[in-house]
Amino acid sequence: MSVLIKGARPYGEDVADILLQDGRIAAIGDSLSVPGADVVDAAGLVALPGLVDLHTHLREPGREDAETVETGSRAAALGGYTAVHAMANTDPVADTAGVVEQVWRLGQEAGLVDVVPVGAVTVGLAGERLAELGAMADSAARVRVFSDDGHCVADPALMRRALEYVKALDGVVAQHAEEPRLTVGAQMHEGDRSARLGLTGWPAAAEEAIIARDVLLAGHVGARLHVCHVSTAGSVEILRWAKSRGVQVTAEVTPHHLLLTDECAEGYDPLFKVNPPLRTDADVEALRAGLAEGVIDAVATDHAPHAVEDKETEWASARPGMLGLEQALSVVVATMVDTGLLDWRGVADRMSARPAAIGRLDGHGRALAPGEPANLLLLDPGTRAVVDPAALASRSRNSPYAGRELPGRVVATFLRGVPTVLDGKATR
Amino acid sequence: MKRHLLEAADLDRADATLVLDTAAQIDQALAGREVKKLPTLRGRTVVNLFYEDSTRTRISFELAAKRLSADVLNFSAKGSSVSKGESLKDTALTLEAMGSDAIVVRHPASGAPHRLANWVRGSVVNAGDGTHEHPTQALLDAYTIRQRLGRLEGVRVAVVGDVLHSRVARSNVRLLHTLGAEVTLVAPPTLLPVGVGSWPAEVSYDLDAVLPKSDVVMMLRVQAERMNASFFPSAREYSRRYGLDARRMAALGDDAIVMHPGPMNRGMEIAAEVADSARSTIVEQVGNGVSVRMAVLYLLLGGAPS
Repeated sequence: MSVLIKGARPYGEDVADILLQDGRIAAIGDSLSVPGADVVDAAGLVALPGLVDLHTHLREPGREDAETVETGSRAAALGGYTAVHAMANTDPVADTAGVVEQVWRLGQEAGLVDVVPVGAVTVGLAGERLAELGAMADSAARVRVFSDDGHCVADPALMRRALEYVKALDGVVAQHAEEPRLTVGAQMHEGDRSARLGLTGWPAAAEEAIIARDVLLAGHVGARLHVCHVSTAGSVEILRWAKSRGVQVTAEVTPHHLLLTDECAEGYDPLFKVNPPLRTDADVEALRAGLAEGVIDAVATDHAPHAVEDKETEWASARPGMLGLEQALSVVVATMVDTGLLDWRGVADRMSARPAAIGRLDGHGRALAPGEPANLLLLDPGTRAVVDPAALASRSRNSPYAGRELPGRVVATFLRGVPTVLDGKATR
Repeated sequence: MKRHLLEAADLDRADATLVLDTAAQIDQALAGREVKKLPTLRGRTVVNLFYEDSTRTRISFELAAKRLSADVLNFSAKGSSVSKGESLKDTALTLEAMGSDAIVVRHPASGAPHRLANWVRGSVVNAGDGTHEHPTQALLDAYTIRQRLGRLEGVRVAVVGDVLHSRVARSNVRLLHTLGAEVTLVAPPTLLPVGVGSWPAEVSYDLDAVLPKSDVVMMLRVQAERMNASFFPSAREYSRRYGLDARRMAALGDDAIVMHPGPMNRGMEIAAEVADSARSTIVEQVGNGVSVRMAVLYLLLGGAPS
């Protein structure tokens, strides 16, 4: 199968045609012409490597009413992703080779993105003893990222052992940095607004204290550490310090933490309840700067679908989390590209190359160059559209961007040369 | 007036004054009458939707609605469909389908009345939500202060105790500020929220320094169990540093009054001889609660007084 993409701008630079053949980029050049190839008119569109998400909740097995591997895969493809890491907090928890292989196989069957399972660090996410990390690494799912996300690996001795142990697997521990004793009952960022709204505060220090501890541990044992959903200015400073000392630490930021603040909690709509919580303007600014600088390596969605009844409640009863896959690139365009903080190569680095490297995904995150796997997307950067939750491919509707106008529309996505999205619609 | 009373910030100075003036008119209209009842809300239905046990607030609202001749439904979370897992939204829609004109809601979750207001067409009155607000308590407190001292403008009010967990404190800070009073919050730092600096109030850790400069001392209920979470070392130490006893009461000016929203922990935040003294307005507050809640229901459901 051959696809000839006509007139795209790779990385937003010079116009070129891109030929996809046998799952690879066969050629990039002027006025390519291949008899029999499917032609995609990409005039005015930016071509980028397929995006890689380090942090997705697909809810299957367990909460198929909120999302399935298939519906989440479709949402991912529509967002320009060609690979997503599926978090382990399913029911049953992905803490055995059996569960991660099930998720991996469901992803292969859906065939829209490569679904890469994340393995739990501890049995049942309980934070008490290590899960069989080696079995998950050696399984068909080839797990390299391990996380108790949703829960912090709070026990410092256990965290140390996890960091050490995964060195043998070329793995990485992705930490949900939240000191549990400092966040008992926490509902939103602790500050002026939480004081007035009477919602229990989630202090920035509860995140920063764990990151500070873990970079010290990672440095001490010479292991790789990845920090999930960094949300505070102080965390960015600690990461900058750790990197300057040579600690092997990487970090991600979510689209919502790049755009939204705790102001969203006014009115008590739990659509905006998320963990870690939305922070302040100063935090948003520091996160954007950290991502531009590279102290934060990646944008990761923390796509967290929830059924209507889990959100249409009082704030305190609602489940935390928000959708992200379908709007992530648009939010990055709004917060990082339109603001001049990142160019398109920077976007490709933070949303594709670096997350793929962190997850050790050989076939993703590669450059747009002849011979490379044909994983790419075409983006119309000029289109602006109002987000309509009813139009999302996700099975859930808890988008924090509902009613918001955002720039950029993913027109097409290719997974190993096969279109998963064309004309802005999923092909399957 | 707005359609709902969800928090003290829903009332600007004119609205708040209107509620207090209306309560005073109601008091006058009922004074000396044998039948303490006005026909104003005849045929209207007020639902008391209580997700927390609060007998005193519920009966105060119930009496207020009945004295306005409204039909009153008491819907308690215990022993109802709520305890079988019905959502707040479904309960709200059910009550609305039965024709409720106003829902008075008490809920352990901050912001629950705000959610409710999105789902119903009638009025919602917040009767206390989590650690957020309790606006009718602030109104009855303001009414009581005005009744005793004759004014609110420039009155110096010390609010003492567990500000962190107190919906009464949040509503009072906002409403008293709106009405021109000067509020000082007094508490150990552990019982003040991070972010309290942005409130329109002074903050002090020293009760003895604040008392001589106060026209009103409002003591908040402090739960002794808070010491288990290390908010303070012991009930005894709390009482020594922040309790209002006879010795401290002597430091107050001649006309100063002592308030408490109840229920009191005698011997903890307030000594019995203070609670029972002539300065204490605690019993008046209860009576004024009914008048102020009548005024609120009247203004929300019956329109402005003619």
